[in-house]
Amino acid sequence: MKITIKRFDRRKEPQSIDMNYPIFEGLTLLENFIKIKTTIDPTLVFNGICRSGVCGSCSVMVNGKTTLACSYKPKDGDHIEPLNYHEVKRDLIVDKSKAHSTLETSRAAIHGDVIVENFLKVTVQSDCILCDSCFASCPVMAVNENFLGPFALSRVYKYTTIGSDSKTSIDAIQQNGVWDCTLCGECTLACPQGIDPKMDIMNLRSRSVQSGYMDPNMQNMNFGLDFTQGF
Amino acid sequence: MTTDILIIGSGGAGLSAALRAKELGADVIVATKTLPTNANTCMAQGGFNASSSEDIQIHIDDTLRSSRGLGSSIMIDLMCKSSKTSLDWLINLGVPFSLDENGDFANRFMGGSTNKRTYYAEDYTGLKILQGLYDECLKNDIKFQTNRYLLNLIADEETKEVSGATFLDIGSGNIEEIRAKSVIVATGGYSGVYHGFTTNGFGSSGDGIAATVRAGGIASDLEFVQFHPTALKKSSILISEAARGEGGYLVNSDGIRFVDELLPRDEVSRAISNELNQNKEVFLDVRHLGSEKLSHLLPQELKLCKIHENIDMANDLIPIKSVAHYTMGGIEVDQKLQVSGLKGCFAVGECSNAHIHGANRLGGNSLLEIISMGLAAGENAVNYESKNVLKDNSQLSKDKAFINAIYSNFTNQINFYEKREFLGKILYHNAGVIRNDTGLKGVLAALRQMQREFTFMGISDKSKEFNTNLIDFIEFGNALEVAEMLLVGALHRNESRGSHFREDFPGLNDTFKSHSIFWKEDGVLCAQFKDVK
Ligand SMILES: Cc1cc2nc3c(=O)[nH]c(=O)nc-3n(C[C@H](O)[C@H](O)[C@H](O)COP(=O)(O)OP(=O)(O)OC[C@H]3O[C@@H](n4cnc5c(N)ncnc54)[C@H](O)[C@@H]3O)c2cc1C
Ligand code: SF4
Ligand code: SF4
Ligand code: FES
Repeated sequence: MKITIKRFDRRKEPQSIDMNYPIFEGLTLLENFIKIKTTIDPTLVFNGICRSGVCGSCSVMVNGKTTLACSYKPKDGDHIEPLNYHEVKRDLIVDKSKAHSTLETSRAAIHGDVIVENFLKVTVQSDCILCDSCFASCPVMAVNENFLGPFALSRVYKYTTIGSDSKTSIDAIQQNGVWDCTLCGECTLACPQGIDPKMDIMNLRSRSVQSGYMDPNMQNMNFGLDFTQGF
Repeated sequence: MTTDILIIGSGGAGLSAALRAKELGADVIVATKTLPTNANTCMAQGGFNASSSEDIQIHIDDTLRSSRGLGSSIMIDLMCKSSKTSLDWLINLGVPFSLDENGDFANRFMGGSTNKRTYYAEDYTGLKILQGLYDECLKNDIKFQTNRYLLNLIADEETKEVSGATFLDIGSGNIEEIRAKSVIVATGGYSGVYHGFTTNGFGSSGDGIAATVRAGGIASDLEFVQFHPTALKKSSILISEAARGEGGYLVNSDGIRFVDELLPRDEVSRAISNELNQNKEVFLDVRHLGSEKLSHLLPQELKLCKIHENIDMANDLIPIKSVAHYTMGGIEVDQKLQVSGLKGCFAVGECSNAHIHGANRLGGNSLLEIISMGLAAGENAVNYESKNVLKDNSQLSKDKAFINAIYSNFTNQINFYEKREFLGKILYHNAGVIRNDTGLKGVLAALRQMQREFTFMGISDKSKEFNTNLIDFIEFGNALEVAEMLLVGALHRNESRGSHFREDFPGLNDTFKSHSIFWKEDGVLCAQFKDVK
């Protein structure tokens, strides 16, 4: 019974190697990392604070799927890697600052007055633990690294639902935002908190249209067709 | 790097302070050892106490009673009177507190409270508060320095004026200083010294308390640690009080109920420890509540029991133990939250002892404290007039030399991870729920031995970047300093009061109606009792 961890150290040659470790049975993946670090190899580095699925610090890829290490029991042959679409710093630690800067770009915060009656509509969205699992599962990241990504957009949905001024954020999510999503739903599958960013993005599209924005893909199509030709 | 106000720690206390200071026009930096939202605050489920105008006095009385003579009525007054505005402040940031069927904010009872005054946001109160505060900080352009591990405060040796702090940049391995006109320490509690026996997240090692005492500040009442009765046996993960509140039973391995489940936390914890000490197992039994009610009432716990204990709460007994949960002691502060013994330095939140919780904390009062006192700390720090911001100081070079020594001179012949685990275990069994003279002396002797052996411990990982082996080691060093104070306080407090229970002195003794205080002289720990004001 063993797992493989993709190790990375930019100062070593080769920078990246796969290492096998025994599984400590009955323990979560995070507890396995800790056992490895404290009894086998103190140089293994990873993150993890709360061990109960609320701090969002421990997400990794297990066999290509985003997983919270503290909420998963490893199986024989599992292959563990750092999160996709984040710069790997060392072993399983990635730089989340770029992903988290989408919160600023999208102006995801309350603007105007709060609408308390709408709190019930954002119960699930406000459970986000910023684990970046959705971000690391989003195929758009592979082609557009400036895409705002699922968690920031879901947050904008939350704040525009409970804040009286939605314009500030709606304006901020037109570029590299709601219209760049392919509605593939990978983010929704990845979220450990049951959040559905895809649905939130669809709703934000309607809100954008209500605020006078148009789907730029539609606009392009219009430009491509010459309606006058037949006349 | 320089700023007006340096805030160390990004839990609820640190972020509230940052927002108030920024609002008042100050330039603010928040430095934290991981990412901003990775603080313990995110783990709080139960709720936030706020009293209506008719309830304020009763809230004050409840808090005072729970403090067992060690709470300051002035500070408790201040906190309870600002509780409603603190709650409203969070609501206006968009923290979606739960509503009842009439559309009013919902609240519930917490153990030890006379009235219903605990407001909650589903069972994710702390998470939603912390994420909301973070979003608001970004909106207000508050600067974060992430992956910065506090090493020491920068204090003038003569004037005791604090003008910043030194940090290990975990990402690069560099040691750097951030200078500021005033500093707010908001680094959280020290339940993590009970390694393996705490509900808290990793890294709750009391770093800020240790650093403050090293800089010449004073700490107090460290022997007061609240143990939560119901944590999962293997993983120490919290099963919330709601389980008992809603009718869960506690039974031992003979299937017998041995305590009234609704007594205060310390009494239930003692009853559980008594059973465990007789080599019995203890279980929480919520099977009779049925799976539907459980999935509504305790959704997180349902998941956590499955993952960590491989059991289904609706059909199985839940094996539990009592573990360290909240630390009442901490950095001694005055009514302005200024650290005693230092100038220009404030402390707030669980790392501080503002004489609010005294010998025991009331559930829901901690989230309240971090917000209401956090805001106050931000304001007081802005109003502080500093004297000597950029005066030269040797702290940075001392810390560089210390870290260099760990890399080069510490022999690493003793595995500190083994020692950390051992310390957690002996602290839990001898300085935990039930304490006595012999046990406490034994642990103190073992701890002092570890302090002597410290240079024979060390690190195996010699990389500079993201060296978490090094971080674990420095944290262990801080835990040793904090645990020493805890033990000295517990050993000299020959009475039982609140969370501190001595089986050899089971009664309250008012000659000890006083605060234990701790400071260092030439690196040596000093302690005495000081009367309650
Ligand atoms: C499981 C659990 C449930 C709880 N439930 C409730 C509840 O229902 N109601 C209630 O009122 N209270 C509850 N509490 C208690 C409450 O959550 C905490 O007391 C409170 O959140 C502490 O907030 P804080 O801001 O003081 O510290 P924390 O949230 O612990 O934040 C400390 C910050 O300091 C940083 N830090 C620490 N050391 C360093 C260092 N060396 N260098 C740089 N940064 C550092 C950390 O990274 C972190 O950002 C609960 C606690 C736990 C563990
Ligand atoms: S639905 Fe949109 S945001 Fe979600 S993963 Fe797919 S492309 Fe990304
Ligand atoms: S939306 Fe879900 S997956 Fe994405 S960061 Fe938040 S909790 Fe994680
Ligand atoms: S350790 Fe906090 S989410 Fe996994």
